[in-house]
Amino acid sequence: MSDRKTLQIKQISGHSGPAAGFDMQRDYDVCKLVDTTICIGCKACEVACVEWNDMPFTPTTFDNTYQTMPSTSHSFWNLIKFNEFQREDGTVQWLMRKDQCMHCADPGCLRACPADGAIVQYTNGIVDFQQENCIGCEFCVSGCPFDIPKFNPATKKVYKCTLCSDRVGQGLEPACIKACPTGCLKFGSKDDMKFIAEERAKQLRENFGFEKAGVYDPQSIGGTHVVYVLHDAENPERYGGLPRNPVIPWSYTVWKWLFKPVLGTFALFGLLGVLMHYVTVGPRRPQPEPPIKEREG
Amino acid sequence: MSTAIERFDDKARGTFGQIGQTEVYEGELLRHRVYTRFLHWMVALFFFLALFTGFGIYMPWLFRWFTPIFGGGPLSREMHPWFGLGFVIFFGLQALNWIKPMMWTAADTKWMRNLTKIVGGQEKMEPTDTGFFNGGQKMQFWEIVSGCVVYLITGMILWFGASVFGRWAVAVSYVLHDVSALIMLGGIFIHIYLSTIGQSGTFQAMIRGAVGEAWAWTFHPAWYKQVTGRDPVQACEEARRKASAR
Repeated sequence: MSDRKTLQIKQISGHSGPAAGFDMQRDYDVCKLVDTTICIGCKACEVACVEWNDMPFTPTTFDNTYQTMPSTSHSFWNLIKFNEFQREDGTVQWLMRKDQCMHCADPGCLRACPADGAIVQYTNGIVDFQQENCIGCEFCVSGCPFDIPKFNPATKKVYKCTLCSDRVGQGLEPACIKACPTGCLKFGSKDDMKFIAEERAKQLRENFGFEKAGVYDPQSIGGTHVVYVLHDAENPERYGGLPRNPVIPWSYTVWKWLFKPVLGTFALFGLLGVLMHYVTVGPRRPQPEPPIKEREG
Repeated sequence: MSTAIERFDDKARGTFGQIGQTEVYEGELLRHRVYTRFLHWMVALFFFLALFTGFGIYMPWLFRWFTPIFGGGPLSREMHPWFGLGFVIFFGLQALNWIKPMMWTAADTKWMRNLTKIVGGQEKMEPTDTGFFNGGQKMQFWEIVSGCVVYLITGMILWFGASVFGRWAVAVSYVLHDVSALIMLGGIFIHIYLSTIGQSGTFQAMIRGAVGEAWAWTFHPAWYKQVTGRDPVQACEEARRKASAR
């Protein structure tokens, strides 16, 4: 059975007015749950992502960790970040986090994008890039709080995780979910995933001694459609630079959507101003002019 | 340093004087040389190319109107920085060409205080100390000089993007680039108005390079005195007497 919600567009970048057909179906949001506490760093999800999306082999970069490469790339959308955190007692905690697009409810990439239709948000929460409409300006890279969109210099387009919108649209789970052997990755509705995540966090706090365990679903960007269970939700930075309070720059919110149109209109008033100056005050002429016969005002 | 710029300008003016020509008829004065005119129209060309490619990217509501002019969004985005670079380079040469007459003087400060009178049309003649450029022209010139610096720095950051300069550098540049563009957009309306219909006899200065003497003593009296040696007010009165005698 196909999922019509993946085909139903909610928001379009650089596009005024609502998307056709919006609000016509029962709402549910899809969500990916990543439980970092049971990730074993096997990288099966990395391989599944490369396989399903037909991406070319990318040489790995050895940086003295188990990490495949320093960051995701335009042809590598799913990366396990390996971080070693030294506790106060000297013991080491090995933190592994699956890094990919977070599919924000309020996507900074979409807000920053000037190109009509280059980024769409489906009503189920998936944020997807439409490369045929991308103009390669890279504003989305600056709008994203998670450093996810990656520019391909060869095609001059930007790429990122699609949450396997092609699979989800056909009623299947994303490829990474399918490949995960430990149950660290789960996929379902946002409500269900949030419930499971909170239960797991409670279990970690009460039964396993992780007092700060919690769920990462940052509300500063309206929540995300990828949520993490973290051993220490108070310090998400330890998991390879997960921002505590992700923000979209002011440039792509207030400036772009309020000041730009307002000031642009003011600039047009300049045109009206000079026209009105001509018809009221009139032009200046080299002197001497012919003598004035009659005068109004 | 300044002599090096002078040598460069003199050589360029000489070269362009050989390529083109400026004919000054009886009752006219030489206003802008071939080199100055060439630079002005190259600046204008690149300004409008950059303006229209930029407009497409400026605001989503303008995207569908303006990007097709240059073959679509990707091409607009590809060309805009190059057009902008052309604008900055040619204006840079013009700045070197004009650096001396554009120096701010006490007369310009006085002129700016007098601005409402001039805009209101109460002053038929410019004050007698208005030289080759008036205060308004100089202000616009220096606005464009500073605008070019802003364009160049923020433009490079936007051109190579967040993957090179980082997220916040792009976010800040995005706003500054727009502010500079909006100021220049407002300025261009005034510039085009005053140089065409707003002030009769001005346009030919940038086309043929020559202006009428009456234009010169009315709008740039101190310059008129400098090149002819005659008093602008007296010259105007003489012309008035001649006209009424006829």
